[in-house]
Amino acid sequence: MIRFDSVTKRYGDGTVAVGDLTMELADAEITMLVGPSGCGKTTTLRMVNRMIEPTAGSIEIDGRNVMSLPAHELRRGIGYVIQQAGLFPHKRVLENVTTVPRLLGWDKHKAEARARELLELVGLSAAMATRFPSQLSGGQQQRVGVARALAADPPVLLMDEPFGAVDPIQRGQLQQELLRLQRELHKTIVFVTHDIDEAILLGDRICVLSTGATIEQLSTPQEMLARPANTFVADFLGQDRGLKLLSLVPADDVRVEEGTTANGWKLELDDDGRPVSWLGPDGEEPVPAVVVRPGDSARGLLDAAVSAPSRAAVRTDADGRLVGIVSYETIGALLAAKLAEAAS
Amino acid sequence: MNLARPPSWSGFSIDGNWDVVWYWTLVHLRITIIALVLGAVVAFPVGLAGYRWRRTYPVFLGVSNVLYTIPSLSLIVLLGLGFGLGLLNDMPLIVALAIYTLAILVRNLVEGLRAVPEPVTDAATGVGYTPLRRLLRVELPLALPAIFAGLRVAAVSTISLVSVGGVLGRGGLGYLFFEGYRRNRPTEIVAGIIASIVLAVVVDLVLVFSRRAMTPWIRVRAAR
Repeated sequence: MIRFDSVTKRYGDGTVAVGDLTMELADAEITMLVGPSGCGKTTTLRMVNRMIEPTAGSIEIDGRNVMSLPAHELRRGIGYVIQQAGLFPHKRVLENVTTVPRLLGWDKHKAEARARELLELVGLSAAMATRFPSQLSGGQQQRVGVARALAADPPVLLMDEPFGAVDPIQRGQLQQELLRLQRELHKTIVFVTHDIDEAILLGDRICVLSTGATIEQLSTPQEMLARPANTFVADFLGQDRGLKLLSLVPADDVRVEEGTTANGWKLELDDDGRPVSWLGPDGEEPVPAVVVRPGDSARGLLDAAVSAPSRAAVRTDADGRLVGIVSYETIGALLAAKLAEAAS
Repeated sequence: MNLARPPSWSGFSIDGNWDVVWYWTLVHLRITIIALVLGAVVAFPVGLAGYRWRRTYPVFLGVSNVLYTIPSLSLIVLLGLGFGLGLLNDMPLIVALAIYTLAILVRNLVEGLRAVPEPVTDAATGVGYTPLRRLLRVELPLALPAIFAGLRVAAVSTISLVSVGGVLGRGGLGYLFFEGYRRNRPTEIVAGIIASIVLAVVVDLVLVFSRRAMTPWIRVRAAR
């Protein structure tokens, strides 16, 4: 557990970046620090590994004050991932990943074996190990950054807008992989972002901060979307809170309906049971069926439903075979139920 | 080779005088290397101080600009007479050249260290490098291209300036220019000129290849 106790950071010019912050971040959870630029979220993160030292107050990790040991020793025990990865350009990928184990005094073979394991874990092929960072794409560099942070198996991971500089497609992949890694590793992750969608997607808890790192709300994404604490949080979450709430519901959890007909349109399947197109009641031109695969969310179902002539979404399994259809009305009822559930 | 007893040039042809050219080439190289090493040894702590304590750097720049404006021959004489280094040995020449080397290398060292990208130094600190280790393992290696660029300029300019010492009867291959001129032996002058050009090119190539060998990550940059 990471505990902030009345933490203040005041700069020489009088600016208060963080003013009297008290909070507890739970173990094995991803806590997203989110807020407008200049709200103090990065300062808050960087005080955990003493890249910035607090003016007042204390920070404890598992009951141990971060000031109780030399800064470099503290940092070797905390994973640190930053924007643009911050890889060492003169070191090959493998050497980048072995940095912390080597600083901790592991022997070379053990450190390299561990590094290879991690490269595989973050989805990089063994051939990447001997490359220099400049030979990798932005997304690959960021994977190496994550591998480097995990190399010595620290319980805590600090991530400062790690996916901010990669393109949207790679960002989406990196986000999914972070979630996959977290299901295996159960780290205590503090993650700074200014992107509320990223916060909702990744966070077990979201901490919305305003100027001076004032906590506006610290709660689960579901609760925050259903019941924002104040207008600041509501504004920050944006207009489409209901849709965002749906994005938290796995499509697989939504009950499918009997049959393959909705509003008079019939779903045509091929010989393997894969949806092909919607056939209209009055001999209209067939409309290709858009399918929702496992791993997508109820938001994807809603989108598929409103864009289909039948007003129903088509759910398939990983091989593309039909699981069932979900009507627009079912999704609407689901949203209402989720809102009520989160608000209770 | 015995550097204490210079062979002397005889006649008007290069034939029979190769040992003279070789002798002065070695003297030239020796003065160059001593001046470069001396300059580098002083430049290193001065440059690190200029990087670490930002305010010391402008002071250094001011002093080095003043020194740089003193013509080389004046500086050599000044060092020889004014500072008692004497004019009948290589010391004033070596010290003057070391000062020029120092001025060039400190700039390149400081600029090279300052050019290390901030995410890289931030990450190095964040993963637990101590400041000294970070300097040795991350910042200095990344400043190597700039350091070598400075070394090349310093080496080539030092090799050309060594010849100035020829006016005073010293200065490696410069001796051949001045003696050849005095005794009206064009071949001796040409031999001195060609030898100093060859020496400059060879030293420069050695530095270029050393830099490439020491910074393998640079060449791959374009290969993405």
